[in-house]
Amino acid sequence: MERSLGKDITATLIVSALLIWLLPMMVATYTLTVLVIYGMLGLSLGLIWGFGGILCFGQAAFFGLGAYTYAIAAINFGESTVPMLLAVLVPLIFAAVLGALMFYGRLTDVYLGVITLVVTLILFKFVNSTAGPQYVIGNARLGGYNGIPGFQTLNVPGNPDAFIWGDPYFYFCAVTLVIVFLLVTWLLRSSFGRVAIGIRENETRMALMGYDVAARKTVLFAIGAAIAGLAGALFANWGEIVTPGLFSLGQSAEIIIWCIVGGLGTRLGPILGAAGLAYLKFMLGQQSLIDNTLITGLILVLFVLFLPKGLVPAVAALWKASFGRARRRPHARQRRKARHG
Amino acid sequence: MAETVLETHGLTMRFGGVTASDNVNFSLKARELRCLIGPNGAGKSTFFKCVTGLLNPTEGQVFMRGQDVTGWQPHQIASLGVGIKTQTPNVMDALNVHENIWLSARRFHDAAEAKARTDTIIDRLALGGIARTELGQLAHGERQRVELGLVAVADPWLVLLDEPAAGMSAQDVDRMTEIIHELTRSAAVVIVEHDMQFIRSIAETVTVFHQGAVLMEDHVDHVMSDPTVRAVYLGKKA
Repeated sequence: MERSLGKDITATLIVSALLIWLLPMMVATYTLTVLVIYGMLGLSLGLIWGFGGILCFGQAAFFGLGAYTYAIAAINFGESTVPMLLAVLVPLIFAAVLGALMFYGRLTDVYLGVITLVVTLILFKFVNSTAGPQYVIGNARLGGYNGIPGFQTLNVPGNPDAFIWGDPYFYFCAVTLVIVFLLVTWLLRSSFGRVAIGIRENETRMALMGYDVAARKTVLFAIGAAIAGLAGALFANWGEIVTPGLFSLGQSAEIIIWCIVGGLGTRLGPILGAAGLAYLKFMLGQQSLIDNTLITGLILVLFVLFLPKGLVPAVAALWKASFGRARRRPHARQRRKARHG
Repeated sequence: MAETVLETHGLTMRFGGVTASDNVNFSLKARELRCLIGPNGAGKSTFFKCVTGLLNPTEGQVFMRGQDVTGWQPHQIASLGVGIKTQTPNVMDALNVHENIWLSARRFHDAAEAKARTDTIIDRLALGGIARTELGQLAHGERQRVELGLVAVADPWLVLLDEPAAGMSAQDVDRMTEIIHELTRSAAVVIVEHDMQFIRSIAETVTVFHQGAVLMEDHVDHVMSDPTVRAVYLGKKA
C-alpha cells in the first residue's frame, strides 16, 4: 500500500504492453491465450483466498459454470455479447447464494472447503449425466460427458458474422486480463478491499468493530466467482467446446496449486503461477517419458518445503534485500532500538 | 440522574448442566466506570460474552440505551457505538498499527476522516514511532495499547474490556489506566479484571461475581474489606 495508485497503474500498463508485444514472438498465440485465461482463473482464487482468506476448493465450479452459461446462451442467442455478460452474472449470483448460505451459517476453514468441494462434485456429476435428449435448455442440448460443441464464438458486438479469433482473440483476452487486474488493484486499495484484508487477518476483531463479516465475505466470494466465470467464458471461446471436465476436482486442485506456487497475498503470483505451471504442463504434454501430474505434484511439494510463501513474495524479498537495503534498513534498526531501549 | 446505558434482566447462560451465568441483573449509568471481579469460573467472562453478543444467553435480556439487544450479533452491537476488547489480544497481525486503527475508524467515517482520526489517536497514545510497524512484531503491551486505540478511535459510548491489564508490565498498566480514564470522559466503561492492584488503582464501583451470580456490588474499598469477598477470593472459610 506504499506506492500510489497512479504509479501502480502506469507500471501495470507498461509491463503488460511489453509482454503482449513480446510474448507472441516466443510462444504461439493459441497457447498464450489459454495461459492468459488460466492466469485470470488463478487471479480469481488469488483474490478471495490471498486477500479474503476464503479457501475455496471449488473455484473450478464457477469456471465451468461460466463456460457452460456462455455455450448454452450462445447457442440460443446466436451472438456473443449477451452470453458473455451472462457468463459473468450466473456464477456471480450462484456464488452469492452459496456464499450467503456458508458465511451466514458461520462455516469456516475446513467446512467451507468441504462444501465448495462437494458443490463442484455435484455439478460435475450432474453435467456428466445430462447426455439424454431430455436435458435441453432452449435450443442447447447439455450433452453429458460429450459436452457442448459448435456454439457461436466471440464476435464483434452487434455483428454476429465478424468473429474474433486467432491472434485478435489473444489480444482480446490479454487486454481483458489487464482490465480485470487493474480492477482488482483498485478494489484492494478501496475501503472494501482493506476491510476484506482485515477480515482475513482477524474476523472476530472486525466483527467487534461493527463490520458485517458475513456480508462482506459473500460479496468478495461473488466477485471472485464472477472473474472465474469470465475466465470460463473465454476458455469456452478458445476451446470451442465445453465439457464436464471443466468442473473436475483436478481442475480445482490445479487452481489452488497455482496460487500456492505463485504466491498467496499477491496479485501477480496466482497469474504467474497459473501461466507458468500451465505452460510447463503443455511442454511436458509433448513428451511421454514422465507423467506430468507427477511433475506438478513434485513442484508443489518443493515449493511448500523451500518457498512456502511462493514465487512472487520470494522474488520481492530478494529484490528488497539487494536493492532496498541501503534506504530502508537503518530506519528499521533505529526504530527497533528506540523501542527496546 | 444519568441515563442507563447497559442493563441486564435475569441474564442466565447454561452450558449443558453447568450454569455459568445465573440470573444476573446488572445496570450501568453513562460515563460510569465499573469493574467486574471474581475468582476463576465465577462467570465474568460468560457475562461479558453474553453482553457483547459472542454468546446467546439461555434466558434473560440485555438492554443498551433502552434497546433490547438480546441475541444480536457482535457486529450489530458494535455498530451501536459499543467498543469491545476481548480477553486475548484480537488484532490484525499482518497489518501495521495505522491500518489497524484506520479500519476501526473507517466503520463510522469516510476514508479521509478516518485517516485524520487515526492520526489523532496515534498521537494521543504515543504510537507514532511504531505507526508503520506490523502488529505481529510488537510487544504484548504495545499490542494491547493498539487494541485500546482501535476501540477508542470509534468514539464509543460504552466500552467493554475483558482483562485489559493481563500480562502487562507495571509501566504499561499505568499507561493503560490513563487511557481508560480518558475514555470515561465520554463513555461508560466495564472492565473484567483479575489484577487486584489494577482494580484498586482504577475502580470506584465494583461488582463481584461468584458461581455465576452477583455476590455484591459496592464501592471498591468496601468490597475489598468485605469478609465474604475475601473468603471467595482466597478460598478460606469465612
